[in-house]
Amino acid sequence: MHISLTSLTKIDETSLKMSKQQPAQFINPETPGYVGFANLPNQVHRKSVKKGFEFTLMVVGESGLGKSTLINSLFLTDLYPERIIPGAAEKIERTVQIEASTVEIEERGVKLRLTVVDTPGYGDAINCRDCFKTIISYIDEQFERYLHDESGLNRRHIIDNRVHCCFYFISPFGHGLKPLDVAFMKAIHNKVNIVPVIAKADTLTLKERERLKKRILDEIEEHNIKIYHLPDAESDEDEDFKEQTRLLKASIPFSVVGSNQLIEAKGKKVRGRLYPWGVVEVENPEHNDFLKLRTMLITHMQDLQEVTQDLHYENFRSERLKRGGRKVENEDMNKDQILLEKEAELRRMQEMIARMQAQMQMQMQGGDGDSGVHGHHV
Amino acid sequence: MRTQWSPSAAPVTPLSPLHPDDRHPCALGPMDPLRRSPSPCTSRPPSPRTPPCEMLGHVGIEAVLEQLKIKAMKMGFEFNIMVVGQSGLGKSTMVNTLFKSKMWKSTLPGLGVPMPQTLQLQSVTHIIEENSVKLKLTVTDTPGFGDQINNDKCWDPILGYINGQYERYLQEEILITRQRHIPDTRVHCCVYFVPPTGHCLRPLDIEFLQRLCRTVNVVPVIARADSLTIEEREAFRRRIQHDLRAHCIEVYPQKCFDEDISDRILNSKIRDRIPFAVVGADQEHLVNGRCVLGRKTKWGIIEVENMAHCEFPLLRDLLIRSHLQDLKDITHNVHYENYRVFRLNQSHALPRGPGWVNLAPAPADLTATPGPWKVRWQAHDSSDEEC
Repeated sequence: MHISLTSLTKIDETSLKMSKQQPAQFINPETPGYVGFANLPNQVHRKSVKKGFEFTLMVVGESGLGKSTLINSLFLTDLYPERIIPGAAEKIERTVQIEASTVEIEERGVKLRLTVVDTPGYGDAINCRDCFKTIISYIDEQFERYLHDESGLNRRHIIDNRVHCCFYFISPFGHGLKPLDVAFMKAIHNKVNIVPVIAKADTLTLKERERLKKRILDEIEEHNIKIYHLPDAESDEDEDFKEQTRLLKASIPFSVVGSNQLIEAKGKKVRGRLYPWGVVEVENPEHNDFLKLRTMLITHMQDLQEVTQDLHYENFRSERLKRGGRKVENEDMNKDQILLEKEAELRRMQEMIARMQAQMQMQMQGGDGDSGVHGHHV
Repeated sequence: MRTQWSPSAAPVTPLSPLHPDDRHPCALGPMDPLRRSPSPCTSRPPSPRTPPCEMLGHVGIEAVLEQLKIKAMKMGFEFNIMVVGQSGLGKSTMVNTLFKSKMWKSTLPGLGVPMPQTLQLQSVTHIIEENSVKLKLTVTDTPGFGDQINNDKCWDPILGYINGQYERYLQEEILITRQRHIPDTRVHCCVYFVPPTGHCLRPLDIEFLQRLCRTVNVVPVIARADSLTIEEREAFRRRIQHDLRAHCIEVYPQKCFDEDISDRILNSKIRDRIPFAVVGADQEHLVNGRCVLGRKTKWGIIEVENMAHCEFPLLRDLLIRSHLQDLKDITHNVHYENYRVFRLNQSHALPRGPGWVNLAPAPADLTATPGPWKVRWQAHDSSDEEC
């Protein structure tokens, strides 16, 4: 029951087999027609293993939906050892914060540097209109930083902190997506891969779960939200893989239960939740979709990174560079305009003062003349 | 001396012929109709205790209990309950489960109608009968509560509705010739559904409870409690109780209205378990040969009436079997009286004698809880004119 990180490197089983079949490639280069670049995947594999992988996962959802528990269950670690749940009084004053925790997981020589970005305070306030501004600016900041590093002189060790995937937790208690869910997903679907997840799935019976999934998918389509779509299996993959991909695609959004407690059930120890009416097993595919979520994350980690790089980052970059140029011009133009306007105003005021002065002078002269005339008369 | 005339259902004032200033609490048990109602003022000096008189034989005074019962059964009872909470927390299902009837067509998750943009209140009235006791039950639902992005002031329509019902009753009560039995549409109990996050009360919950506890009896419950294990439930309950104390929110049963020691003991036990962790279900399943209401999942059947599974029986007992009359009493004698005093002060028109009817028109904004209010000059002038 371990996460198989070794599948991260895109190695075909077939190419491995091929290279294994010909161990003597260096010894006998005289084999006709054989060049030797079938060894390339091996080299890629070795290099990737040495380099390690980086993955940033963001979890967003209202508090109390089991986000931290699920992350701990997914990666079989405790990412939040000193967690204190704030009381109601603290929650009233709190705004959305971003907390990033990084762990290094190693398995069979493959290193993964996993960053989990948590967003406590999301959806807590009475007025949630501003709660996703912080999150969006964080995502943009990571893109900005990567762009800056990429455009810099030393590009050897760029740390990739861009958010590769966002798990959005949907509450199972509602009748579908809430207005806040829709607004948030529409705000970030062009910046990050969204994977919707139905939290606390053990409150739903099977029928309720199916209905809720269907309703959520309908609403996502209705509002034109672009969630992350699993790539179709290639035609040359084996049947098992194709079937697995098909099953995964059919189960989106995944309804999950998280737990790290070991419960005794049917003679063996399983991770689950103990209720008076039964035990919910986390890794039982009949109880929930936890295994499917984990499989999807592991087999498609590379794809998630690729889509982030090729689609979201490129979008951001082109927008930014376009905007970056024009922004400076605008400001200059504005400044010039303002200067001109101010000068024009000054001139107008000066003219007005001059006119008023002239008028007063004339009045005084006229008055003097008048009084003089009167004086003369008298 | 003003006697408390409560025209609603079961008679409340003791009609003891010997002692006009009634002060004898009858310790006959929680459901007895002769129990003295709590007074609206915070404290009135207790009258000097009249010494009990020794009876020389059996007179038959206890027959008055029978007469009261017969009268009550003839008139029937009224009960108005309001359920408040975010959509999908099982409010309609809970109402159906409480009264074991299809009061409402409960919407199943995933099939609900699109959320209303503003909060709308919907009331439904049914007459249910059991053992020839008729109950006219009105349930008010609040779809759209707390569902929007900006939930500021989402409690205003609810407060407006509750105060509106008080106003309606008040207008009936101050008529010169009033009906014998004023229809009682005042909300007797408000059940507030707290989502089972497992952490603590949210800012929205706190705001709402603070405002409503001063106007109506509020019973908070932890909704959809089948998502919490027993330990999580206890921890969540303790945290909620702590939050309620920290924000001075007095939920039903309120400590200050406990009359005597037996009440206090009974209510303390209830207060220790509030908020109840409830699960609602309106489908029946077969368990061990019995037909029970419950939810069927792959890992077991959650029985609604099983105390080991959830605390629904406690809620049902509180609302229906033991404290229904008490809820009505407190609504009538405390909350309604507070509202009435506030309105009378506001219109500067304390009753000047029999037949005095003029009352300032109700303010357009019925959401203000009793507090200092601006003077209304029109009322003042008209009352002067009447004089």
